[in-house]
Amino acid sequence: MKIKTIIAMAALTGLAAPAFATDAGTVKIGALFSVTGPASFLGAPEKRTAEMLVEQINARGGIHGKRIILIVKDTGGSPEKAISMAKQLIEEEQVFAIIGPSTSGETMKIKGLCEESKTLLVSCAAAEDIVKPVARYVFKTPQTDADATRRIFEVLKARKLTRIAALSSNTGFGAAGKKQLETLAPDYGVAIVANETYDKNATDLTDVATKVKAAGVQAVVNWSIEPAQSIVAKNLRQIGLAIPLFQSHGFGNLSYVTAAGRAAEGIIFPCGRLLVADVLPAEHAQKALLMKYKTDYESRYKPDAVSTFGGHAYDAILILAKAVETAGADRDKARDAIERIQGLVGTAGIFNFSATDHCGLTKDAFEMLTVKNGRFVLYAD
Amino acid sequence: MSSELVLQYLLAGITSGSVYAIVAIGFNIVYSTTGIINFAQGEFVMLGAMTAISLQPFMPLPAAIALAVLITAAVGALVELVFIRRLRRPTVMRMIIVTIGLSILMREAALHIWDERVRSLPYFSGDEISSVRILGAFVSPQVFWLLGLGAASVTLLGLFFRYSLTGRSMRACSANQAAAALVGIDTRRMVTLSFAIAAAIGALAGCAVSPIAQTYYDCGAPLAIKGFTAAVLGGLGRSGSAVAAGLLLGALEAASVIVVPAAYKDAVAVLVLLIILSLRPSGLFGRHDEARLKEY
Repeated sequence: MKIKTIIAMAALTGLAAPAFATDAGTVKIGALFSVTGPASFLGAPEKRTAEMLVEQINARGGIHGKRIILIVKDTGGSPEKAISMAKQLIEEEQVFAIIGPSTSGETMKIKGLCEESKTLLVSCAAAEDIVKPVARYVFKTPQTDADATRRIFEVLKARKLTRIAALSSNTGFGAAGKKQLETLAPDYGVAIVANETYDKNATDLTDVATKVKAAGVQAVVNWSIEPAQSIVAKNLRQIGLAIPLFQSHGFGNLSYVTAAGRAAEGIIFPCGRLLVADVLPAEHAQKALLMKYKTDYESRYKPDAVSTFGGHAYDAILILAKAVETAGADRDKARDAIERIQGLVGTAGIFNFSATDHCGLTKDAFEMLTVKNGRFVLYAD
Repeated sequence: MSSELVLQYLLAGITSGSVYAIVAIGFNIVYSTTGIINFAQGEFVMLGAMTAISLQPFMPLPAAIALAVLITAAVGALVELVFIRRLRRPTVMRMIIVTIGLSILMREAALHIWDERVRSLPYFSGDEISSVRILGAFVSPQVFWLLGLGAASVTLLGLFFRYSLTGRSMRACSANQAAAALVGIDTRRMVTLSFAIAAAIGALAGCAVSPIAQTYYDCGAPLAIKGFTAAVLGGLGRSGSAVAAGLLLGALEAASVIVVPAAYKDAVAVLVLLIILSLRPSGLFGRHDEARLKEY
């Protein structure tokens, strides 16, 4: 344990070298997270993570002596609030950069605002539209939906499962996943036989499960981020459907596994490596960082378990810290510095940014995971 | 379509219908005494389940549920004493607005007491994947618990309102508060009692629903909307009708999924509700002359 911590510390000193200089000013970072409301499972761990990491960086003396001031605002998942809070951060607080918002819908609403005011935005939301087309000041840390979909289709193809049901919730996340599934299915020779959208507040989905059963499919791919993804797993098993169930990267939260209990066994989904940090081989590039984040977070916020969503906030701060470290707290120079970041180890993967790629991750950032005995493990064919 | 599949859709409808039904019962109790809709009913459902989940590690499940029901009943009574009783002139409109405010308050309080995470009680019998096989179709054993508890609540409430002096006093308050006060009924106490009972029924519903629908701080509102729909559909003030209407609503939704995409499920349910209410304003099982006697 101790050795691991030392390795982790060594890995981190690179980004925030302990500076012994006296106060060299501050860097103000605004954060827009949906700490409460329907997307609170994203925003709450993001807030906790950001606060923890900023405290750690400041405790080490900041970035070249510059202390980070973090201003967290709770958008409650509402795009309207996100807009007015972004304006506050930009105009009143005059922040150096904004991290978040937690959801794609909110991010798209403030994308233009940040671009106009030349405020760096490092979003914690997944949609590809955030960085496509590229906006000069807008970046994002999560892997993209399309890559998650590709990883799922690769497994389907390898297992020769060609007739599937696509289920999604009526949210931005569900709709985006549904679109990717429909677009990419032909490339992998997969036919979507049943394609259903359900209400995000659904209390029971046995009827949808029955429709899946009637369609006679070989596998089910479900795309949602709500409790519904546990409900769907239970209902499919309850009506006696034992076909493989795939979920999106939104399933990467152990509380959904707990909620689905035995029905969660065998669910396959693409995810960053954070959830399987403890079983990664020691020489894996992300191992040290992931283990440090996991132990720090879980010891501080017990009994809350680490989730990939909090990791997106971790990466956002890592990227900004790296930029400030190389280019100082000048927005334009820092922006250019982010585009030059290569091989930065984050929780979601290894970031390689460029002028045309403001996400910096490939589909290799995903690992296929499955649930075994109530835990996440690496999936093997 | 095979008969097994038809039966499976029906059982799917009964599953979600039983959830709506048990939530719907709670609406009728406050309505029966005060003539108002308690918009915080969904939060009682959430509070009961959350409390039981927190108590469950320390005691057997039935004890945790019983204690959670008592605690929520106390909260219900307290809420009435603190907020509703203090209204200077308690008109129906004012009381409704207060209950809307209460629902927001309770939801935010739950967020701070617990957190944003999703929890659930264990299945009362069996587990997440066990199901009962009926003629080739499957249904979760929890559905039988929901139906059983729903039936027991309706029966007991029916007996209470019909035969006990307290229950009859509560109904008198609903019919005419001034007249009830004139014959010596402490109308304020009856209102407090109705909130306590409604909260208790809501908490019981929350515990029974939790294994199926799962519980989190703002799960009350979506449950309450469906429960309220069932209560209106059945005819407000009648617990038995609410259960029947809840099951009917579930069955309608499931039937709609056969022919149209599941995305339109709620739209179909609302459409049916609108049609029924325009034809029978007092609800499916409500009597027109009875509704006319109520004063608003």
